[in-house]
Amino acid sequence: MAKRIGIEVSIALAEAVKLCNVDVIAAYPITPQTHIVEHLSELVADGSLDAEFVPVESEHSAMSCCCGSSAAGARTFTATSAQGLSLMSEILYIASPMRLPIVMVVANRAMSAPISIWNDHQDIMVQKDVGWIQTFAENGQEAVDLLIHAFRVAEDRKVSLPAIVNIDGFTLSHVIEPIEIPDQEDVDKFLPPFKPKYRLDPRKPITMGPVGIPEIYFESKIATNEALKASKKVILKAWKEFEEIFGRKYEPIDAYRTEDAEVLLVTMGSISETAMTAVDVMRDKGQKVGLLKIRLWRPFPIQEFRKAVGKTPILAVVDRHLSLGGVCSPVASELKTLYYKVPSAPKIFDFITGLGGRDVTVEHFEEIVDKAKSFAKRRPKDYYHYIGGREK
Amino acid sequence: MARVDAIVGWKTITFGCHIFEPGNSVKFRTGDWRSQRPVLDKEKCIKCGMCWIYCPDMAYNQTEDGYFEVNLEYCKGCGICANECPKDAITMVPEEG
Ligand code: SF4
Ligand code: SF4
Repeated sequence: MAKRIGIEVSIALAEAVKLCNVDVIAAYPITPQTHIVEHLSELVADGSLDAEFVPVESEHSAMSCCCGSSAAGARTFTATSAQGLSLMSEILYIASPMRLPIVMVVANRAMSAPISIWNDHQDIMVQKDVGWIQTFAENGQEAVDLLIHAFRVAEDRKVSLPAIVNIDGFTLSHVIEPIEIPDQEDVDKFLPPFKPKYRLDPRKPITMGPVGIPEIYFESKIATNEALKASKKVILKAWKEFEEIFGRKYEPIDAYRTEDAEVLLVTMGSISETAMTAVDVMRDKGQKVGLLKIRLWRPFPIQEFRKAVGKTPILAVVDRHLSLGGVCSPVASELKTLYYKVPSAPKIFDFITGLGGRDVTVEHFEEIVDKAKSFAKRRPKDYYHYIGGREK
Repeated sequence: MARVDAIVGWKTITFGCHIFEPGNSVKFRTGDWRSQRPVLDKEKCIKCGMCWIYCPDMAYNQTEDGYFEVNLEYCKGCGICANECPKDAITMVPEEG
């Protein structure tokens, strides 16, 4: 029987990586790294995890190394954060079309300058189009569960794509939470050994990553995109099986007190827990407010999101990324596109908050809901609104 | 654009764009990029093979009489052979039309 223990989320994630029995971990071991790979290096050093730990000289090399090891047929893991993720960016684009099922945890943090090591989603939002499956965890337990799920989905032969599990930097990565570490036996039941369709093998040479001349590049990108879209089926099926084995249920979109709601907050990551408290507070005051949490970000669960919104007239989207010079930020931008010219579409408003580790409080959510309601009556002149950013 | 033998759609493209057949770059004929072609003057040629060694597309083949002959299906007209030839036996002439 799996035991529930108090453990730092990063350490729990490292333990989950061990349960997934990875073959290779390649990581840049210092800032902006977390305890995830630090603990993994200890597990490898003390012999309790039989894997290759490659401490490379940069995140660019970390991801390159991961591509190589995954191509050779090794179950591969890495983790990074913020500027480190940016340094990987070039290689993130390589892993997906080459169909390399690397799993990575990103502890989402702000992008410097000014220098920041605190939480928001600016690092990952600029990587939304890299062709990786992406989920967002709300708490430590979910982070562990999504990680195990990520290996299962990524390595499924029908999918064979890399996957990112996003956890909020510090708010999740550096806190101690009660987490049930699954039993090895159950993980083994859920996660079969990695048997890639193709791998680099000197006895049977193939070329991976050839040049894509104009006659073939476009088709290659379409193929990757269609594979990513099609992965949703496998993602949902794996979550069902996860529930059967581990007893915890996950869906692409989580709906909280959405019945008869006039306003729905839309959140991602750990602030969803504060948002739930805020919804309770507002419901107690008689306001018809609910919450939608986006767990699956890529591929975006279009039907599930529409279904969860139902006939709600107002969406208040909480973006933790600022699209400098843009019309609005990525999450709201996509949702507005999703509902463009749809009859009886909700009115969608974009709120930017919690940048660089700024706390997002219950009061902030109340302010967001108030503003969204008044904007619904009178169209605001701006396309997005800062919440909690001082003017003077 | 270059001619390739296998034009495929996104549903039929190989998994991950992998190439399963080694040495299939012969199917990729780079010759139609060319704006100029190398022309050999056999009078000057000493059959040293420098053109063959330096050609980045391996477009040269040695013939029975020892000269090196360019395969224009693959020559992209870069002029490296003409530049490297110690006897100035190769002249680059513009392709017309
Ligand atoms: S012109 Fe360039 S490609 Fe053509 S034969 Fe000479 S070296 Fe080779
Ligand atoms: S490099 Fe010049 S001399 Fe040497 S084989 Fe080629 S054409 Fe002849």
